[in-house]
Amino acid sequence: MNTSQKRGAGGWKQLACKGLTAAYMAACFCFIFAPVAVLVLFSFQDGRLPVPPFHGPTLHWYAQALANDRLLSAMGHSFLVGAGSAFLSVVLGFLAAYGLARYRFRGQTLVRSILVLPMAVSYLIVGMGLLVMASWLNIAPSLWLVCISHVVINMPLAFAICSAQFNPAQVRMEMAAGDLGASLPRVLLQITVPMMAPALSAAFILCFTLSWDEFLTAFLLSRFDITLPVAIWGLLRGGLNPQTNAIGSMVFFGAAALALGAEYLMFRKKSS
Amino acid sequence: MTVLHPSSASSAHLAVEAVSKHYPGQTALETVSLHVERGRYVVLLGPSGSGKTTLLSLIGGFTMPSSGIIRIGGQDVTDLPPAKRPTTTVFQDYALFPHMTVAANIEFGLKLRGLKADARKARVATMLELVGLGQHGERSIQALSGGQRQRVALARALAVKPEILLLDEPLGALDLALRRQMQDELHRIQRQMNRTFVHVTHDQEEAMALADLIVVMSHGRIEDMGPPRRVYLRPATRFAATFMGESTQIEGRIHGQDGQSITLETEIGLLRGMAAPSSGAMTDSPADTQGRIWRTGDKAVAIIRPENIRTAPESGQAMGQALVYETVFQGNYVRVFARSETGQTFVLHSPAREVPASGSTITPHALMDDITIVPAQED
Repeated sequence: MNTSQKRGAGGWKQLACKGLTAAYMAACFCFIFAPVAVLVLFSFQDGRLPVPPFHGPTLHWYAQALANDRLLSAMGHSFLVGAGSAFLSVVLGFLAAYGLARYRFRGQTLVRSILVLPMAVSYLIVGMGLLVMASWLNIAPSLWLVCISHVVINMPLAFAICSAQFNPAQVRMEMAAGDLGASLPRVLLQITVPMMAPALSAAFILCFTLSWDEFLTAFLLSRFDITLPVAIWGLLRGGLNPQTNAIGSMVFFGAAALALGAEYLMFRKKSS
Repeated sequence: MTVLHPSSASSAHLAVEAVSKHYPGQTALETVSLHVERGRYVVLLGPSGSGKTTLLSLIGGFTMPSSGIIRIGGQDVTDLPPAKRPTTTVFQDYALFPHMTVAANIEFGLKLRGLKADARKARVATMLELVGLGQHGERSIQALSGGQRQRVALARALAVKPEILLLDEPLGALDLALRRQMQDELHRIQRQMNRTFVHVTHDQEEAMALADLIVVMSHGRIEDMGPPRRVYLRPATRFAATFMGESTQIEGRIHGQDGQSITLETEIGLLRGMAAPSSGAMTDSPADTQGRIWRTGDKAVAIIRPENIRTAPESGQAMGQALVYETVFQGNYVRVFARSETGQTFVLHSPAREVPASGSTITPHALMDDITIVPAQED
């Protein structure tokens, strides 16, 4: 009797504790995702303003967004810049990480620090620096410059991801491949890259997502051809419009899918 | 089987000549020379930090020597990278390619040598058969046990028909029963392929089970080298004696020499034993043991293996009386530890049925032929 009472009291306490935890977690997620939820909800707004009250669902704004040539070409540009800069970032980051992991040399720590330093530099500085340099070299702002700025921003991330995935066991596998007669390029392509594939894909997806989202340097360094965030900014200057909500929702879900994919790849790598 | 001296080094399959390896602040190898005939199973034996792995890595080309020359089949390979040397290595952690199947792992080196697909396939099948993995070609590496991975590593390294196979503590990760089994297989495969194997281990039992030639190393030097039987029974140095197994060691000073027999003056009386051979001796015949100079009064140590000490009278020289203080049952024999009044300890193996009781007094005896006199090491 006595013990069962005790257990009952303990049970209540436990339940209350669990309830509090759950409520706290819900509040956190609400704080993070409520704005996104509102954005998505009002992209279906049957009216001219994406503000309450909600007048009922329509796909009108999605149709309009998808019929907007300027938005679509911006999306195409964003895709090109994202894929190109992510590819370059991963190749450069991988090679830098490989060199630092496999060879010992004087000033190694310094090189490593310089490689990750751009992470701490604000995008504004990166963008302005490139703009100043480009005008100094008489290069007009273009998507190429945007791409370069995204490599500057994302390469340190790719480098960090690759660095974290190198381990001594891989060194011995590379040694074994070399021992069996493989040249360095062959070792890299047939042994190292396949072994690192999950990390490399994860780095690519993350770099792509970040590039896809990036506004500041893209705004500073582009002129006629613009990326999607710059195009959206242009739309917003004309006032709130459910069309921007529609395009925002599509971008959000696309980016979320990619980020989840990257997480899945990294997680699978760790658990195997 | 004879040791090849530098004059006949050109006929050695593997010749390591006065090789040193220095790292900043430490010496990994100090003027090491080693000559091995084709088809021998060589075991580099020593504690960690003895330089055995460094020597293997130098032969494989993964490390460059600070000085000295390495020749394989008469060709100077000192400056060649691993890929250009006629050697392959079985790594301690196997270093199999995890993203390839068993067959693809074995095939890797064959592809690089430009073999046609048919020839590769046939070779892979032969190798799988050789290591007893006939049905496992399409398995992934993750699906294999430790012993199976070991076999794949062996097959991969042997598939390209290396002149010399290097094995870096290949059995270290396996449990005892599996290790014994793999020792037998390594021995069989080495005989079957008739190639030179160089195997690194710190396990002296493994060394004795496998080797034609044991190279005992310590502090970057070769302490002793020779066939297992000779190195065990007639070690060249005190370190080799200690590392190869248990022994009773009686310190003293040289009293006299008569050919190869030496009389040692010890606290338990005069003791006659056989002079230790010089390192590299293949037998303990006089021809091989004449290298040393013994001076009366020099410090020396008598080495006696536990199975060579008897307690029955008339079995050689008596070595005073000793009190039994511990017996350890080992199954087919019992290790008996005893101490004399002068503090000299004895270890001997006794048949399980006639073990002296703890606290009883014994008189250890040993034949002159079973006693090896080695110079005392001043360290």
